[in-house]
Amino acid sequence: MEWINVILQGVLVGGLYAMFAAGLSLIFGVMRLVNIAHGDLIVLAAYLALVTTETLGIGPLTSLIVVVPLMALIGYALQPLVLNRTLGDDLLPPLLVTFGLSVIIQNGLLSLFTADSLKLQAGDIEVATIRLVDGVYVGVLPLLQFVVAVAVIAALQFVFYRTALGRAFRATADDPAVAQLMGLDNRHVFALAMAASLAVVAIAGVFLAVRANFDPTQGPSRLIFGFEAVIIGGLGSLWGTFAGGLLLGVAQAIGAHLDPGWQILAGHIAFLIVLAVRPAGLFPKVRT
Amino acid sequence: MQNLSEKSRPLLAVRALDAFYDDFQALFGVSMEVAAGEAVAVIGANGAGKSALLKSIAGLLRARPDAVVFDGVNIGGMPAHAVAARGIALVPEGRGLFASLNVEENLLIGGQLGRPGPWNLPQVYELFPVLAERRALPSTALSGGQQQMVALGRALMSNPKLLLCDELSLGLAPIVVRDIYARLPAILSHGTSIVVVEQDVVQALKAAQRIYCLQEGRVALCGAAKELTREQIAAAYFGV
Amino acid sequence: MSVRVVFASRSSRVGAALCAAGFVALVAAPMWGGRDDLQLLSEIYAYVALASLWNLLAGYAGLVSVGQEAYVGLGAYLLFAFAILGGISPLWAIPLAGAVAAGVAIPVAALVFRLRGHYFAIGTWIVAEVFRLLASQVAVLGGGSGTSLPAAMIIGIAPSRQARDFLEYWIALALVAAIVAFIVLLLRSRYGLALKAIRDNELAARCNGIDVTRTKVLVYIVTAFGTAMIGAQIFLQKLRISPDAAFSVNDWTAFVIFITVIGGIGRIEGPIIGTVVFFLLRQTLADLGTLYLMMLGLVAILVMLAAPKGIWGLIVERLGWQVFPLERRVVFDERSAAAE
Repeated sequence: MEWINVILQGVLVGGLYAMFAAGLSLIFGVMRLVNIAHGDLIVLAAYLALVTTETLGIGPLTSLIVVVPLMALIGYALQPLVLNRTLGDDLLPPLLVTFGLSVIIQNGLLSLFTADSLKLQAGDIEVATIRLVDGVYVGVLPLLQFVVAVAVIAALQFVFYRTALGRAFRATADDPAVAQLMGLDNRHVFALAMAASLAVVAIAGVFLAVRANFDPTQGPSRLIFGFEAVIIGGLGSLWGTFAGGLLLGVAQAIGAHLDPGWQILAGHIAFLIVLAVRPAGLFPKVRT
Repeated sequence: MQNLSEKSRPLLAVRALDAFYDDFQALFGVSMEVAAGEAVAVIGANGAGKSALLKSIAGLLRARPDAVVFDGVNIGGMPAHAVAARGIALVPEGRGLFASLNVEENLLIGGQLGRPGPWNLPQVYELFPVLAERRALPSTALSGGQQQMVALGRALMSNPKLLLCDELSLGLAPIVVRDIYARLPAILSHGTSIVVVEQDVVQALKAAQRIYCLQEGRVALCGAAKELTREQIAAAYFGV
Repeated sequence: MSVRVVFASRSSRVGAALCAAGFVALVAAPMWGGRDDLQLLSEIYAYVALASLWNLLAGYAGLVSVGQEAYVGLGAYLLFAFAILGGISPLWAIPLAGAVAAGVAIPVAALVFRLRGHYFAIGTWIVAEVFRLLASQVAVLGGGSGTSLPAAMIIGIAPSRQARDFLEYWIALALVAAIVAFIVLLLRSRYGLALKAIRDNELAARCNGIDVTRTKVLVYIVTAFGTAMIGAQIFLQKLRISPDAAFSVNDWTAFVIFITVIGGIGRIEGPIIGTVVFFLLRQTLADLGTLYLMMLGLVAILVMLAAPKGIWGLIVERLGWQVFPLERRVVFDERSAAAE
């Protein structure tokens, strides 16, 4: 029974990791850009939720209405201002620029909010649990967050494969020059992709804020979790990334159960094992 | 009075165009005209600058604003997506199909601009029935000739006024090339003017009303296909 | 007609002369500098060395690693382990730590080389995190809060504090000089030419018979060796180690990358100039705390967008100078041509 609970908790937190990862792989898929500031942007979203709940007096989950569009707007502006000029064959410029961005965001948050650990209160929903079977309980909030994660991935999948926008994303990723011949303005497409990524980041950030303590220095570890989920799951497949997130969550839960200090290390080890044994990931999308 | 000047104005006018790939100059003062409803061929040896010419018109290479005039408007140097929106479609050399998209998606993205006109998905499938059978396949699973059809169909989906074709025959068997070129009259009759860049001189002469021959970045010869002799073309092509 | 490949140019001869003079002055630093000066100089040497090694890895071999702090920390922990558990003199422990770290780099390379490009970068970061987490599990070396070098070991280095200061200073200087000299020699050799080829066009390099993977792995291992030694030396001077300090991303990766980017990637002179600029900024602005770090980030972004080749890259473009003679020039021998 005990182990079932452990794995269940791992699966539920894995949904959150899958959301961290989804925004990351979206950007890499469309622009071949790895955003080192990705984790810091998740933390930024958490702080935006904090400010929104305090100034507007609304609950954290309601704050999504403000935080998601706001982050999407930031993404749409960030791309042409900073990131578009780094795109190209050389991987150093985008890596270094996003690294610089990460440093700026972390230290900006530190100076605005200090290093204190904070958490958003969502009220009764935080402690409510549902009994699945005898002895197996699942928190309402983690379950809600898991369901939202599934919905987000399904929505991204739908956009990517069944809409004109998704076609534009995939075409621009394949061949930016020929995509222009179709009348697609690359800058606009990339900006939209970044906006979508940050919208997902916003959702993840709000859930992060409610779930656990957060502080300005947590960005890099969120990036790493998202990255590990992508690699474990396999490149090129959104549902694969989702599975990767779940597996990472389970690995961490098992590690934490054995010894609280081993939680994160267990995740890293799972990642390294997959890298050693199945470098393409567990569910890679095979391109013809 | 307005009708008269519109009719006598060429659809596309290239005026003293210079083109550069970084520091390398590919075109030197090239001038060309395409009238509405015409099919024009640009021939020349490898490296003569044929692709550079099409890329400059399509907006993939920089040019002076007045070096390319389309429908009376200076479009030289405009970004490629803006040129596409104005009604010029380029079928790139090597097809340039999107590997992540299947056949139908490649065609659909051609219609992204939503320009009005006779070309839509059913029309394209009517022109190339073999594509209808393969609509759900990844574009890379098709034969070279079929991929060329997809590229052509994709360009048509944007309902262009001017279609630019870069080396349609590249890497294809002669019978397949003839099959593709056989579709050009249908395209012309639907109101799209065409410029074909070709290394296959025979095919070019059959398909076009007028020919330009480029040699090392300059126009070496131009005239009506019917009136030019073999010797004239060979002389211009090889620069002897 | 015969043909020679020549490295030196007029500016590089001038540069070499200046370097030699400067080096002599630095060796003599204990004579004219106080304790603080020596410590500052040692820090500068460490950063020049770290940046030069990172430059070799990223700028020449094209392996952008965001996890070199793994080897800084590993080298430091190995030194403390050898000293505390093995009773080995710290002086010998430095190269020993380097060698062991190079050995560790082999299986690490086998893992991370399965990733490419950006993913490789983050993979190296994860490896560093694993090292850090493992280090905080080792109770013998202080676990999460770290430990200090035992007094007995400290005395064992040299009898008086001044002698220790001088010795550690010269070790730092010797290390950076050796590392930079090694890099220059490497780049002038056949391997250097191979690295340049790989950097410019990997596929073409492969077609010319260069074993790209083996070359990259060798560079990775060599860089790990050097980085670990520097890490050992840094923490020998600090006398105290902890996982967060030893494996700090900020100190050993962010600053190093900043230095290399500002100074100029892919050039030897770059890391040196970058370190100078970095320390100038630090001496003047570090009091600003988080604002200082934000400014560093901003400067890095601006440089990357406006001058991707860094300060030295701009100088080379405008003036064609080089201090370290690395550009190969072909010289045609006129006399033998006339004799034919």
